[in-house]
Amino acid sequence: MQVRYIDIIREGLWINNPGLVQLLGLCPLLAVTGTLINGLGLGIATTLILIASNTTVSLIRNIVPTDIRLPVFVLVIASFVTAVEMLVKAFYYDLYLSLGIFIPLIVTNCIVIGRAEAFASKQPMDKAFLDGLMMGIGFTLALTLLGGIRELLGHGTLFIQADLMFGQTAQWMTITLFENYRGFLLAILPPGAFFGLGLLIAFKNFMDKQI
Amino acid sequence: MLVKKMIQMAILLAFFAILGGGLVAFTFQITYEQIKANERAALLQTLSSLVPRDQYDNDLFEDIHYMRNETLLGSDKPIVIYRARKQGQPVAAVLNSVAPNGYNGAINLLIGISYEGVLMGVRVVSHQETPGLSDSIDERRSDWILGFNGHSLQNLEEKDWRVKRDGGVFDQFTGATITPRAVVSAVYNTLQFFQQHRDEIFLNAN
Repeated sequence: MQVRYIDIIREGLWINNPGLVQLLGLCPLLAVTGTLINGLGLGIATTLILIASNTTVSLIRNIVPTDIRLPVFVLVIASFVTAVEMLVKAFYYDLYLSLGIFIPLIVTNCIVIGRAEAFASKQPMDKAFLDGLMMGIGFTLALTLLGGIRELLGHGTLFIQADLMFGQTAQWMTITLFENYRGFLLAILPPGAFFGLGLLIAFKNFMDKQI
Repeated sequence: MLVKKMIQMAILLAFFAILGGGLVAFTFQITYEQIKANERAALLQTLSSLVPRDQYDNDLFEDIHYMRNETLLGSDKPIVIYRARKQGQPVAAVLNSVAPNGYNGAINLLIGISYEGVLMGVRVVSHQETPGLSDSIDERRSDWILGFNGHSLQNLEEKDWRVKRDGGVFDQFTGATITPRAVVSAVYNTLQFFQQHRDEIFLNAN
């Protein structure tokens, strides 16, 4: 069956969004979306791993028999995550200090193995690459949105700690929307992540009905 | 037939295991030196934020000492102590002690204590606490950790070395009490260790 590029893009970004529809990767999604920047950081790191693992899995799909494909995919993903972590630590140490904590979390993310199994193992390399990119962007959007909402409700700010990701010069990015805001604790706590995610999914379903 | 297939699968799986292992080993080889250098540079920067560069004239990385005390330093392994001296006279020590009872495992700390027993600063080296919730112990996240500066066993009583919820003077974070509690007690224990073993800590300069 031929999959069109446009379908891959629409699937990843909207129809089958990993964060809002497939609900894969709930563990990092709920754990780190306390702020917008945290969400964005995890999203970017996940996207990179998704692209690398999808492309590789697609490349080896014809030489790996179905019986042992899962352990092989797990090996591929685990090796990639470990190698990427070391490379970032060696050549982008500042970035590692801010993103480092998220990188091992990616191994626990079901999206990566999910896409390897459901898509990349059956499709040619260019499509697997595009799928990894689009699923990654879709996940990043959901994470960033949820992080932004929780940060806005919880702290009354946006882009707090932007300097962790973009360097000291990025401190201007922090926007304080409510001065002297006392904070809404529930939004930053784990239940807030569930409420926020629930509302986002409801909103997406509402939008789908309208169209 | 089945046996032959099984052997084939095993060989293929072993091949990928070697490939994956090889990739990790290769990356480790080419990044090892650079990572060490990065960590050393970052460590030196942290050390000099605890003990200002103009207060000592020895090489902190050379003048180190290992000591072990599971109850007060939080680790069953010997921990590193960096010793700062000026013209041979002891100025301060930075102890790499551990808060073993964090919310999610051990919290690795650097605690700078002047020769007089006053805290020059505390920094978190590594931790696995919940991002966004209890990682405010990290200096890059909040100023909380700077609240230790200037305190000592002399200016605070034992009952003050707790978070506010437990009747002490140190703030807890919204939604996270266990992490700051662990850090406060680790700092207190380290100060006690320093008081009891000060002469031993600065002994035998190398």
